[in-house]
Amino acid sequence: MVVKVQAEDFDVGEELAALTEGNWAIGGMSSFVGLVRDLGGANALKAMTLEHYPGMTEKMLRAIEAEANERWPLEASLIVHRYGRLEPGDRIVLVATASAHRQAAFDSCAFLIDWLKTKAPFWKLEETDNLGERWVEAKQSDDQAADRWNRHDREAAE
Amino acid sequence: MKILYFAWLRQKTGIDSENVVVPEDVSDVASLIEWLKERNEKFADALSDFGSIRVAVNQEFAELNAPVGQGDEVAIFPPMTGG
Repeated sequence: MVVKVQAEDFDVGEELAALTEGNWAIGGMSSFVGLVRDLGGANALKAMTLEHYPGMTEKMLRAIEAEANERWPLEASLIVHRYGRLEPGDRIVLVATASAHRQAAFDSCAFLIDWLKTKAPFWKLEETDNLGERWVEAKQSDDQAADRWNRHDREAAE
Repeated sequence: MKILYFAWLRQKTGIDSENVVVPEDVSDVASLIEWLKERNEKFADALSDFGSIRVAVNQEFAELNAPVGQGDEVAIFPPMTGG
């Protein structure tokens, strides 16, 4: 289990290669990369600044990763999350999970990014030409995406 | 007690981190927030809506009835928007 919280960019290829190196029990790896999005239009995004709670961020990411390792038989897992000022197209986050079989890798990767969005203490400040600075509001759809893993949990318990 | 403020709570209160001595009747998160709101208008405004703020005590998410004490680290922030 690896957690990195950093200002600098990351190289996806290097990170993924390092994660599986030397472990021949791994049959598949799933990864997700989050990017700074700009949908253009009147409120075109200039930049996005990510603020976080040093200490708690690492603690929560480790807890979320530990939860994924409890639920799925993972051989390796990784979360890299950036903070600071980022521009459209920049990488924000990398999540990767590796397992003997693909389904565990797919599912645990989706679980990690869904949970991370609602449980890790990060906040996004958007800069646009027209509207100036604006804190991004939490989305109900993100809560619902995170909650589906709770439902799955309840079903499994029944 | 150490109190940290993040995102727009930091901007509205004008403070990122502070050490405070809280009165004895501040025993849980709810009473701490009520006490902070009485400090000045900036705090009253920033903390006016319980629904739009989240709290962590010693880096664990906490409900309004969670106990807080002098040695604790309390953080107040909006709902998270990472990922």
